[in-house]
Amino acid sequence: MKPYLREKKVFTFEDVPEDTSFEAGYLVTVNAGWRSIRPVVDTEKCVGCSQCYLYCPDGVISMQDGKATIDYDFCKGCGICAKICKPHAIGMEAER
Amino acid sequence: MAEKFLSGDEAFAEGIRLACPEVISAYPITPQTIVVERLSEMVEDGSLDAEFIHVESEHSALSCAMGASATGVRAFTATSSQGLLYMAECLYYASGGRFPIVMMNANRSTALPWNIYGDQRDSLSQLDSGWIQAYAENAQEALDFALMSYYIAEHKTVSTPFMVNLDGFILTHTYEQVDVPTPEQAKAFLPPYETENRLDLDNPKNMAFSAGPDTNYIFKYKEHAGMLRSVPVITEAEKKFAEIFGRQYTGLIDTYLTEDADYILITLGTIAGLSREIADQLRSQGIKAGVLRIRYMRPFPTEEIADAVKNAKAIAVLEKDISFGNEGAVFTNVNSALKSQGVTAPTYNFIGGLGGRNISHTNIIDIFEKIRKGTERVNFIGIEVNQ
Repeated sequence: MKPYLREKKVFTFEDVPEDTSFEAGYLVTVNAGWRSIRPVVDTEKCVGCSQCYLYCPDGVISMQDGKATIDYDFCKGCGICAKICKPHAIGMEAER
Repeated sequence: MAEKFLSGDEAFAEGIRLACPEVISAYPITPQTIVVERLSEMVEDGSLDAEFIHVESEHSALSCAMGASATGVRAFTATSSQGLLYMAECLYYASGGRFPIVMMNANRSTALPWNIYGDQRDSLSQLDSGWIQAYAENAQEALDFALMSYYIAEHKTVSTPFMVNLDGFILTHTYEQVDVPTPEQAKAFLPPYETENRLDLDNPKNMAFSAGPDTNYIFKYKEHAGMLRSVPVITEAEKKFAEIFGRQYTGLIDTYLTEDADYILITLGTIAGLSREIADQLRSQGIKAGVLRIRYMRPFPTEEIADAVKNAKAIAVLEKDISFGNEGAVFTNVNSALKSQGVTAPTYNFIGGLGGRNISHTNIIDIFEKIRKGTERVNFIGIEVNQ
């Protein structure tokens, strides 16, 4: 499931909470600008083992119809999923 | 109430038992050790119903207290010197997260050269960490701060962590007669801790998050405003405290004969007691001397100090601290306060007691003598230096 994304907005003084505890996801916005390489899933080779899902430090991989799917709005391009993938179903490709 | 013969550390532990924290996490360090030893004994014998967590470092001690506070419970830790510096990173986390943890710090010198004796360089180096900072003068005040600190820190309008400082050895290890209140009195004074700033399964939230340049500044402003809102809460707490326990405290500062004084010594912590003795002695010789003890370094008593010293001819600031390359941090703060309030009397800094060196009776007489004649801006008492 993809996270809820808020509209880009300017926060007023009143919008900002007193302490660092607030409704989850409210402050979240797309965060993937520094990615130089991106993981690409070969669905033919993917066996649906979910290892990439478990290892992804940003939690951007989900399993859909038994195959890994990547949320590029939040993927930082670290390549851990490609390293961990035993059937070599994930390759890293240059961003253009 | 019961009269007991207690050291400063023991009195503070008694105060914490009365405040009933649910989690205590601490690492022992001289001269704070007795506080956590007594508290662990209280947990062991069942007289304090708390989790006592033995941690592997001060960094963990405060991290652990923060985790506890984030579940909505009252948390306590204690440290000193190198321990305070080791947990420095976490000090800012706790204040930025607005977790109203109470910490006792036994004021002790910082290395190198290694030294376990008292000075105030540890806590004064952390004035900007966002913690309320109070300085106790005697064991009774230490116990009373233990109770009042939670009242002030946890107040809904404040929500700011609170550091209570006790002069190492001079206060932590000196025995005095202390009035220990009953648990019923403590319960009547201190309400249970209630907060929305906690992990809650029924109302899941994002906690202790990051905030970018658009909002971070607003969080910092609100942290500052929360600290300033502690000023009326300190007054409120002291009023309620006096009603229940019969001891009235005097807010951010404590003055002695300052109303008509020509020469005023400003200081903090235990040395104020001896300073008042000297003021009496000088008064008997016709010299109008007075003493102002700073009880709270944060929030800083800008108007209170200026108002108390506005008619003085000369002012001394005595502190066990130096900001190398400048002057004592208390002196800097006092001068800024006086300038902002239009007080123009000359001020002189006296640095002493570093590494536990005794500040004597004659040293204090000498301070008053020097400010009457005029002296260097920054003076190092008790050592001969070629400046």
